[in-house]
Amino acid sequence: MMNAPLSLRPRHRGLSTTAIVYLALVAILVIGAVLVALSGRNLFSNANIVDLLTRSSLLGFIAIGQTLVILCRSLDLSVGYVMALSSLIAATTMNGEVSRIPIAIATALAVAAVIGLVNGLVVTKLKVNAFIATLGMGLIIKGYLDTNYAGPAGDVPEAFQAFGFTRIGPLPLSTIVMFAVAAVGIWFLHRSRTGHHMYAVGGDAEVARMSGVRTDRTVITAHILCALAAGVAGLLIASRFGTGSAAVYDDGYDLESIAAVVLGGTYLLGGRGGIGGTVGGVLILATLDSVFNTLSIDPFIKDVLRGVIIIAAVAIYARRSLTGAPTRRRFSERPPEPDIPTQPDDTRTEAADTGPAGGRT
Amino acid sequence: MTSGSGISARLRTITERVLSGSATVFVLLGLIVVVISVLNPRFLDPTSLMLFIKKAAPLVLLAIGQYFVIVSGEFDLSVGSLVGAQVVIAALLINGVESATVPVILGMFVGGALIGLVNGLITTLLKVPSIITTLGMMLVLYGAIRWLTGGAPTGALSENFRVLGRQGIDDVPFIGQIPWALLIMVALGIGAGYLMRSAWGRTLIAVGDNERAATFAGARVWWVKTTAFVLSSVLATAAGILLGGYAGVTAQVGQGLEFTAITAVVLGGVVLGGGRGWVVAAMAGALTVEALFRLFTQLNLPSTIRPTAQGLIIIAAVAYAAVDRARRQRTSTAIGTPRHSDVAS
Repeated sequence: MMNAPLSLRPRHRGLSTTAIVYLALVAILVIGAVLVALSGRNLFSNANIVDLLTRSSLLGFIAIGQTLVILCRSLDLSVGYVMALSSLIAATTMNGEVSRIPIAIATALAVAAVIGLVNGLVVTKLKVNAFIATLGMGLIIKGYLDTNYAGPAGDVPEAFQAFGFTRIGPLPLSTIVMFAVAAVGIWFLHRSRTGHHMYAVGGDAEVARMSGVRTDRTVITAHILCALAAGVAGLLIASRFGTGSAAVYDDGYDLESIAAVVLGGTYLLGGRGGIGGTVGGVLILATLDSVFNTLSIDPFIKDVLRGVIIIAAVAIYARRSLTGAPTRRRFSERPPEPDIPTQPDDTRTEAADTGPAGGRT
Repeated sequence: MTSGSGISARLRTITERVLSGSATVFVLLGLIVVVISVLNPRFLDPTSLMLFIKKAAPLVLLAIGQYFVIVSGEFDLSVGSLVGAQVVIAALLINGVESATVPVILGMFVGGALIGLVNGLITTLLKVPSIITTLGMMLVLYGAIRWLTGGAPTGALSENFRVLGRQGIDDVPFIGQIPWALLIMVALGIGAGYLMRSAWGRTLIAVGDNERAATFAGARVWWVKTTAFVLSSVLATAAGILLGGYAGVTAQVGQGLEFTAITAVVLGGVVLGGGRGWVVAAMAGALTVEALFRLFTQLNLPSTIRPTAQGLIIIAAVAYAAVDRARRQRTSTAIGTPRHSDVAS
């Protein structure tokens, strides 16, 4: 099944994965708009756009953090629980008083960071598989939440609820913040040393280590940043709901964020991808939701469609990497370059130009 | 170190490694059983033990299936939703009619195998990471369950359907009743053990350890992986039949079982990412998880705190096994088994 003719196929050249993600987003927007228009409504009505962007901000924060962790070839399944915990800590600390907002934000984020630190330490020092480590961490937090918070708790003052409800034109403030965080994240990955190390560690931890990268520290940093991002999502929950809510962990944000990251073209086994694509992936999922809602499709069918679309999209990316390059080429035939991937999105293409397709795993 | 003695030394360290990973789970299982029986001596009564087995059997079957998939380097997140879908659909179709039991059960197995085939083919031929494939399948199946039931399951299972999960061979001296679930579990366990010793099983492990090398060695990677997915789904179907029989029909049946099954397999010392692990240890892992739940009941822990304890124990057990493995590796590198990926830190 994996054979030589692959290399003879015409290749999609010149398009980075991120570009494909945004093309897919545009395609889905167009198809969605046509379908919605056929049913006599307008997908781009103000209310719909606000709804779409609001949806994407929450998942966006989590998925941005998840991208960093996945780039390091790790995984974080505890984000949903961290989000719920952070919303509760923020809301109960604020307790309706404006003066306590800063301390509440600081506490919530500090707790999130500590959880990320523990995740990172367990993964790197105790060498527990990230899947199990973060799943276990999620269970631990779940137990704490279920025991201590039977229902919504705390009271968020109006001033902080503004974070969830303020809009500048059609753009919700939370979405602007999310885009800002994404921009910082993109800068971080492409320009900072730690960002480059993340690609290196995800590409091949052993090679990175021998090149002098402190791999453990990099992975731990990614986990802390991921938990912090989930903490911010929790703050957003608190500001939207007006209280902290433990129930949000049941909404499947952990798996959905992974889906968004992968939909955004980031390679699940680390080392390739980026936050730009992830934001595209988040917008795709949010668009789907908006389209389904405006068409008032049965919520149960919605899940089915979403599952099928995620699989199909990832299959298309995989096809692309099939025709382009081996799924994972750790030791490519090209001459050794500095291990800093200058344009991570392009590594695939470069490898394809020099490597035969037959050596794919 | 390519001489014959080098290879045998390597084989020895590999066996040692497998045993070290598995030893943890057997010790842990023994420990938990001892603690439970100290707290409640009647736990060791045959009747009570058999009851425990009946309850644990579905998870053991799921663990066997999940083992096949994990050891080949993949994940199957769809099993929990598959169990749920199978039970709910069976109840819908049987609706209390005894004569419908056998055809429906056959249909369940065919449907289960098809789901596994789809999982496997999408993962292997379309190159979609199995987490995403089976996650998508999970969304599809959960959607299907809720769409079919509208939230509350309808219909009922027949008495015959529930025999396998509930009944057993009665009036056995000393023991009282040998549950069918126990016999099924043991039979499937022996079958799985033999399967892993067959050419197929060895190829499966080789594929999980190093897919590329296995490809070059001529293994049909897509075939072994796809069959692993099919086996996982078929075993999930069997688990569904036992679970439906034992616990009856609710819309929640099966929820979260995929994570519990993965936990069980990993507790059994099977390495996520493939290539290492013993199926019997995976089964013991499932028994350990169930024993743990039993212990929590025994301790009268508030049900809300159980996840915390569960999470702590899983991380601790896996960390122990991983650190132990790393230590062994460090000492065994002297014999000549430096593994590229294990030298880190």
